[in-house]
Amino acid sequence: MSNFTILKNGRVIDPLQGRDQVEDVWILNGNIVEPGSVESADCRVLDVDGCWVVPGLIDMHVHLREPGEEYKETIASGTMAAAAGGFTGVACMPNTNPVNDNATVTAFIREKAAQCNARVYPVGAISTGLKGEKLAEYGEMKKEGAVAVSDDGCPVVDSQLMRRALEYASSHGLLVISHAEELALSRGGCMNEGELSTRMGLRGIPAAAESIMVQREIELAELTGVHIHIAHVSTVAAVRLIRAAKERGVRVTAETAPHYFSLTEEAVTGYNTNAKMNPPLRSEADRRAIVEALADGTIDVIATDHAPHTVLEKEVEFNIAANGIAGLETSLSLSLALVREELLSPQRLVELMSCNPAAILGVGGGTLIVGKTADVTVIDPDRKYIFDAAKSFSKAANSPFDGWELQGLAVATFMGGAETYNVL
Amino acid sequence: MLKDLPSDYQFCHKHIFGIDQLSEQDITYILRTAQSFKEISNRPIKKVPTLRGKTIINLFFEPSTRTRMSFEIAAKRMSADTFNIAASTSSTTKGETLIDTAANLQAMKPDIIVVRHSSSGAPQLLAKHIDASVVNAGDGTHQHPSQGLLDMLTVVEHKGRIEGLKIAIIGDIAHSRVAMSDIIGFSRMGAMVSVAGPGTFMPPGLASLGARVCSSVEEALDGADVVMALRIQLERQNDSLIPSLREYARCYGINNERIKNAADDAIVMHPGPINRGVELNPEVADGPRSVILDQVTNGVAVRMALLYLVLGGAKVIDGQGEN
Ligand SMILES: [Zn+2]
Repeated sequence: MSNFTILKNGRVIDPLQGRDQVEDVWILNGNIVEPGSVESADCRVLDVDGCWVVPGLIDMHVHLREPGEEYKETIASGTMAAAAGGFTGVACMPNTNPVNDNATVTAFIREKAAQCNARVYPVGAISTGLKGEKLAEYGEMKKEGAVAVSDDGCPVVDSQLMRRALEYASSHGLLVISHAEELALSRGGCMNEGELSTRMGLRGIPAAAESIMVQREIELAELTGVHIHIAHVSTVAAVRLIRAAKERGVRVTAETAPHYFSLTEEAVTGYNTNAKMNPPLRSEADRRAIVEALADGTIDVIATDHAPHTVLEKEVEFNIAANGIAGLETSLSLSLALVREELLSPQRLVELMSCNPAAILGVGGGTLIVGKTADVTVIDPDRKYIFDAAKSFSKAANSPFDGWELQGLAVATFMGGAETYNVL
Repeated sequence: MLKDLPSDYQFCHKHIFGIDQLSEQDITYILRTAQSFKEISNRPIKKVPTLRGKTIINLFFEPSTRTRMSFEIAAKRMSADTFNIAASTSSTTKGETLIDTAANLQAMKPDIIVVRHSSSGAPQLLAKHIDASVVNAGDGTHQHPSQGLLDMLTVVEHKGRIEGLKIAIIGDIAHSRVAMSDIIGFSRMGAMVSVAGPGTFMPPGLASLGARVCSSVEEALDGADVVMALRIQLERQNDSLIPSLREYARCYGINNERIKNAADDAIVMHPGPINRGVELNPEVADGPRSVILDQVTNGVAVRMALLYLVLGGAKVIDGQGEN
């Protein structure tokens, strides 16, 4: 394969450089180079007229299931799904088996990922075994490539431990990601609490289960002066708290997932376990607040919380079904819908899906500036398709968007100049 | 009086999951059918051949002698072959699920599965994986439609109508599938439903389901034509939902004093089994207003109607049974 590629006539959107214009992008030996700076006939020219050329998308919240649950997903299948979704990098959560709470597991993930179609940024555990009792060895995990710590899925109950995690993580240069959930309020719940949960006879999870813990995290960030990142924000109450905290200068960032701005709790009607996740799908008012927060900068990142499961976990009674949905291959299309509705600008979308996650994780990328590694995503914003979960690259098909007609998708993905996906 | 149905009315539900799927006309039709079947129970030979050759499986994942027996008697009075399967959710481990059970049952080619399950929505899940009609005999805290219907039939018998009546439902609304079916059913039929109980027993969204939430039992009972006391699950006092049964009985139990708030001719109902002295005092439960035993009798008639109707009613069955 040629090590010299020209993406011709695309609309280059690179918010970090303030660029948004039709021009060519030259990729040589894995890096972005100045157009016209190279003379070589041995070059591959891709006409991307009508497409957007953006810095490689980064999904900072995925579950790759390896080691331990390879029947659901592997690092190979998950990163292929990522590439097909336009992602050049993903941050994988530590709730594997064994838990990624030590350098051996972190190294295993990094080695597996080396041959794969997306960069994998391991997230280590906050506490050993995700038990919420004692700190994991952050320094060791950092040495093997961990970029952040989180007890995603098993929220840290003990506020003192969370405080220590922030302080200790900051001295190792690791980001702390909080799955904000007050377990005493959410216990036994399997959908949003409200009229619909009453009607369906399902135990509800009140919005306060999220916002109470978001407030704690904000207070701890303020107390310690350490940056905290709030995962999968789903409620208007949490949005308000984060907005107010940012206004007074607290070091807090936040992400939401496409399902929280594309769906409401109505999606669980009929006991649809493919719409069961944690936090649960919320009300229309929450959904609107999430969209607003994406636009006004309160929420910094769109991340999928890609959570592959099989029919073993999903074709069961609703209350015992596993939480989570596969999201890597629909994230961009669902986000582009907000751009089409003019709720987000294309530049803002690129910030949310590339620049901001890159900056928050501190992993590089997020720009097409000359000299940088060529992680590039080519997006056709218009192409329509029917999403068929059974044919997705992920091993899992647990998507509430199965069968949806979507518009706009990644048509080519380059990681370090190498093509990882192409349906141009 | 139950309203007349238009001449082109058709009952077209293959499954019965909950009252919310039934229109006012559907409910009226079921109650009328039940009334006509009730006569069978008064015959010396309590059996008709209507469902002869049909196979009905009672699949109970929760123990319930009353409801299971009621369905079984209903099926037998219509000459169906019935099988009882007492399954346990605790023994079904991961990988050996409700779907597997459905596949095994399918091999027996049943016509109807009557299912009781601790998970809300389990009947719908079963129906997706089996050809038979599925009748919900109580799922989680979702619904118990045959109970709701037999409650309505009992009220029609005693009051001649449902529309315009004041119905008071007292107790643990949040954890009661009976309450859900009753609230939706009675309000759909034009009754005014009031509920009362401690705040820990009041789920969100009751108003949009059609119930008026009262701040006291007395307020809910005020002028009520029908008083329904719900069974308090004894474990609720361990869930921090109520401090003690003693306090519950004192503050929310229906006794001779409280019942005076209701209309003079009010009837008292209970889905059974009763915790005497907790939600219902013996003097009320066994007193002249109590229609609790009528509820049991009507349960059989309503279940006969449901089994008959989900298989297509007169369209399919009449003419092939009688000979
Ligand atoms: Zn999480």
